[in-house]
Amino acid sequence: MANILAVDDSASMRQMVSFTLKAAGHTVTDAADGKQALDIAKTKSFDLVLTDVNMPVMDGLTLTRELRALPAFKFTPVLVLTTEAGMEKKQEGRAAGATGWLVKPFNPDQLLATIKKVLG
Amino acid sequence: MSIDISQFHDVFFEESFEGLDAMENGLLNLDEGAADIDAINTIFRAAHSIKGGAGTFGFMAVSEFTHVMETLLDEMRNGQREVTSDSTNLLLEAVDVLREMLTAVQQKTDTDDERIAAVNKQLAAMLAGEKSAADSGDEDAHDVTTSEENAEQKIAGWQITFHPHKHLFQTGNDPVRMLRELASLGDLTSQLNDDGLPDFAELEPEDSYLSWHLTLKGDISKDDVVEIFEWVDDDCDLEIEAIMQAPTNVEIAVAQLDKNVADPVAEVQQESKSEPSSEPAPSPVKAVAKKAAASPPAATSIRVGTDKVDSLINLVGELVITQSMLSQIGDNFVPNMLPQLIDGLAQLERNSREMQEAIMRIRMLPISFAFNRFPRLVHDLSDKSGKKVELKLTGEQTELDKTVMEKIGDPLVHLVRNSLDHGLETPEVRLAAGKDETGTIQLNAFHQGGNIIIEIVDDGAGLNEEKIFSKAVEKGLVEADADLSPEKIHELIFLPGFSTADVVSDISGRGVGMDVVRSNITGLGGSVEIKSKRGEGSTFTIRLPLTLAIMDGQTIRVANENYIVPLISIIETLEVKESDMKYVSGKGELYPLRDEYVPVIRLYDIFNLEPTITDLEEGLLVIVEGEGQKIGLFIDDLLGQQQVVIKSLETNYRKVVGLSGATILGDGNVALILDVPGLMALYRDPSLAKVITSERAA
Amino acid sequence: MSELQQLNDSLGDVDDRTEQYLTFLLGDEEYGVEILRVQEIKGWESVTHIPNTPDYLCGVLNLRGTIVPVVDLRLRFDMPAREYTPTTVVVVLNVGEGAQRTVGVVVDGVSDAHNILPEEIKPSPDFGTSISTDFISGLVSIGSEMMMILNIDRLLRVKALG
Repeated sequence: MANILAVDDSASMRQMVSFTLKAAGHTVTDAADGKQALDIAKTKSFDLVLTDVNMPVMDGLTLTRELRALPAFKFTPVLVLTTEAGMEKKQEGRAAGATGWLVKPFNPDQLLATIKKVLG
Repeated sequence: MSIDISQFHDVFFEESFEGLDAMENGLLNLDEGAADIDAINTIFRAAHSIKGGAGTFGFMAVSEFTHVMETLLDEMRNGQREVTSDSTNLLLEAVDVLREMLTAVQQKTDTDDERIAAVNKQLAAMLAGEKSAADSGDEDAHDVTTSEENAEQKIAGWQITFHPHKHLFQTGNDPVRMLRELASLGDLTSQLNDDGLPDFAELEPEDSYLSWHLTLKGDISKDDVVEIFEWVDDDCDLEIEAIMQAPTNVEIAVAQLDKNVADPVAEVQQESKSEPSSEPAPSPVKAVAKKAAASPPAATSIRVGTDKVDSLINLVGELVITQSMLSQIGDNFVPNMLPQLIDGLAQLERNSREMQEAIMRIRMLPISFAFNRFPRLVHDLSDKSGKKVELKLTGEQTELDKTVMEKIGDPLVHLVRNSLDHGLETPEVRLAAGKDETGTIQLNAFHQGGNIIIEIVDDGAGLNEEKIFSKAVEKGLVEADADLSPEKIHELIFLPGFSTADVVSDISGRGVGMDVVRSNITGLGGSVEIKSKRGEGSTFTIRLPLTLAIMDGQTIRVANENYIVPLISIIETLEVKESDMKYVSGKGELYPLRDEYVPVIRLYDIFNLEPTITDLEEGLLVIVEGEGQKIGLFIDDLLGQQQVVIKSLETNYRKVVGLSGATILGDGNVALILDVPGLMALYRDPSLAKVITSERAA
Repeated sequence: MSELQQLNDSLGDVDDRTEQYLTFLLGDEEYGVEILRVQEIKGWESVTHIPNTPDYLCGVLNLRGTIVPVVDLRLRFDMPAREYTPTTVVVVLNVGEGAQRTVGVVVDGVSDAHNILPEEIKPSPDFGTSISTDFISGLVSIGSEMMMILNIDRLLRVKALG
C-alpha cells in the first residue's frame, strides 16, 4: 500500500493514526513536529503526508511550504489536520500548498476514507 | 473495519496531564500586559492538543470545556486580548477543573458538574466581555446552501464543467481523483476538452491544461458533488447544473463551495450579561464525588531513558558471557580448575550486583516530578494568606524511586503548608523584625550515603517552644513539670492529637497532623526530624531510602531464631553490665545512654519466645532508633550484615505488629524483618500481640 | 458395533458437571478440596515461625520467591499434633476472593482425586462430624468411606490465621 508520513505533537494522536493506517496495510513513519518531519522528508520519499497544524518548533503550514520546495514533494498530497475553527484559515492552508484537509476530531474510519480518497 | 481506539486512552491521559502541568507553569510565569508570545503559544498548544485529543477519543465534555479556554488563549496570542492577572487566575482555576474532569473520566467517577458549570460561565463571560459582535463560540452557524433543494422537481443528475487552473497539480491534487470519486457516486460520462493544450514544445508537464464536461446521472445531492471539489474550489472553475427529470427551465445554481463560513450576521447575540470576572462564583454545593471502588490501581507506566536500557543490555551481555564461562568449567571440571571456578563465581556476583543496581535505577525518577506542584501551591497560598513568599528549589534532578516519590508528595505538601502557615510571618512582622518582607521557603534534595535527603527550610519565626509546650500539657501529652530541652519540645509536634492552630486553618488542612506525616515517612522506611531556632526559621529534614524493595540488614539472633534489623535504624551495639542498669517502677529496665535513658526491650518477651539467654551480661544490647525515640533491643548475638530484598507478608498473610516484612536468605530460608516503631508499640501495649485462641475449628 | 463405538462405550460418559476433588487424610478422616484450588503438593520443609501467632500457624515458607503461610490442619482441628517428617505433605492452596491468596496446609497424606457430581454432595449435619460445620461445605460417600468437603475460603481466611 502507501508510504505515509504522519506529523502531530500529540503522542496519542500519533499512535491512533499510526495504528489505523498500519491496520489498513500502509507503512507509516511519524514525527512529533514540523522540523523532525522535514528532516525525515529530506532523506525519504512518501506517497502522502498527514500533518497537524499547531506544533512546536515548526508548525504544519510552514512544514507544508518547506515540503513543496523539495523536488520530491512538489506533487505529493499533503493533508492538514485542522479544527472547525481552523477552517476559517483555509486560505492559509491553500496558500501554503496543502492538498486538502481533514477536520478534527475524526475517527479511524473517517481517516481511512479520506486517505483512500486521495490515494485511490 | 472497526478499530478500537480506546487502547490509546492511557497515552492521551498521560500527555494531557503533562499538558495541564505545562499550562499551569506557563500561566504562573506569565507577566501581565506585555505578552510573551512564545509562552502563550505553548499554553495555547497544550490546550489545543487536549481539546483535539478529547474530541477524537470521545470525551466531549472535556473537549467543550477546553474549547472556551482555547479561545481565550487564542485571543491572547493574537494580541486581541491583554494578559491580566484576572484572566491568568481564571485560567489557572480552569486548569484545576480540567484536571479534575480528566481524572474523573480516567477513573470513571463522577464529576463536580456545578463547579464545572460555574467556571465555564466565568470563562464565557470573560470571553464575551470584550466583544459585542456575535461570537457564539461553540455554535457554528451553518449556512444554507443556495442550491435548489429537490423540492418540486426530481433531479436526475448534474451537468458539471470542471476546469482546473494551471497550477492545480502543485497542491498535490489530481483531477483524476475527482473524476474517480464522481464516478463512484453515479453514472458518469465525461467529455474531455483539450482546447487549452499548447503545442508539445511549449507543454509544461507540471501544469494542467485540460478541462472536462461531465454528466453525472443518479439521485445524488448537490452537497455530495460539491464536496468532491471541496479542496480545489479556489484552483478551478466549476459549474454545476442540475438536470431535471422533466425538461423544465434549468436554473444555473452557482454552488457555494464554502459550506463552513461562519455566519457573520449579528443576529446571534450573547444572551448572558457579561459578569465582571472578579465576582467570585457562588460556591456550589459539591456533588459528592463517587470514590473509585477499591479495585487494584491501574498499572502505571514509567518513562525510561534509553541510556539506562542500553546499560542494562550491556550488563546482560556480560552475564551471558559469565554464564557460558561457568558452564564450560562445569562441563569439564577437574579439581585443579577450582581457582577458575572461584573467579567465575566472583564475576557472577559482580554481574548480579551491577544488574541489580541498573534495574533499580530504572525505577528512579528525578524528584522534580514531586517538586513541580510547589510553585503553584506556594503562589496560591501566598496570595490567600497575604504573605510574601519566594520558593527556591535545589537538587531537582536528584533521583529516587518512583513509588517512594509518589508517596512522599502529600507529606511534602503538608510540611510546606505548615512552614508557610505557621513558620513564615506577615510582611509587616518581618519588616519589624528586621527581615526582608519576602520570606523564603527552600526545598533541597540530595543524595547522602544510601539515602535521599529532602530539606524543607524556611526563614520564618521558628517553633514557639512555650506555645508548643503549653499546648502539649493542655492535651495531656506531657507533664506540666517536665523539664524538656528545646529539641525534645520540638519533637512534641509529632505526637498524635497535637495541633497549635486554634482554628484549623484552611491552609494547613484539616485532620492531617504532623503525626500522620511522620508515620507516612516511616512507612517508607525513612525518618523526619526538625531543627528550629526562634526568630530564624525551621528546617525539616526527611531521610528516605533510595528504594523500597532492597534494604541493608543486620541479622540478629534471639531465642534460637534469626531476625533482620534495618541497618538504617541501628545506632550502636553495646555490651552491658548489670550495674549500669537503672530500674524504674512502672517503666521497666532503662539503660543510661549519654544524656538520656533508653528503655530495654527483651525481644523474647514481646515475641513470646522461649529465651536462651536471659542474663544481660551474656547478650548484647542493640540501640535502635525509630520515630525520634531510641530503644535498646536485648539480643543473644549479632550475625552478618547483608542486603536483603524485602518481601511482603501481607500478600498471603497479614501485617504483623513488630515486623515490616520478610526476606529470603541465600539458603532459601525466610527471615523476618523487624519494625522498630512496631516493637516500641508492642512494648508499650502487649495486647497488640493478639494471639487468637478463640477461633477453634472443632 | 464398530470398534470406535465400542471404545466410546467402554470409556463411559464423563458428565460435564462433575468436579474433581483431591482427597487428603487427617487421622482417620478423609477431606476433600476442589482440585482447581490446589496449586501444588510438596514435601515438608522448614518454616520460619512468626511471633505471637496461634499454634496452628506453623510459620511461613519461601515458595519460589513468595512468602506463603503454612497451617497445621491437625492443630487447626484441635487434633493431637504429629511430628513432621520428610514424608509429611504440604498441600498448597489458592484461597480467598478470586483465589488470590496462597496458603499451605500440613496434612497426614494425600489420597486419590475423585470426580463428583453436584447432587452427590449432601449437606453436613449439625452434629456428628469432628470439625465445626462452618468449615464443611458438604459430605460425599466414596465407596464405604465418607469424605468431608472443606470450605477452605472460610477455614483459611485471614482472620482465622491469627
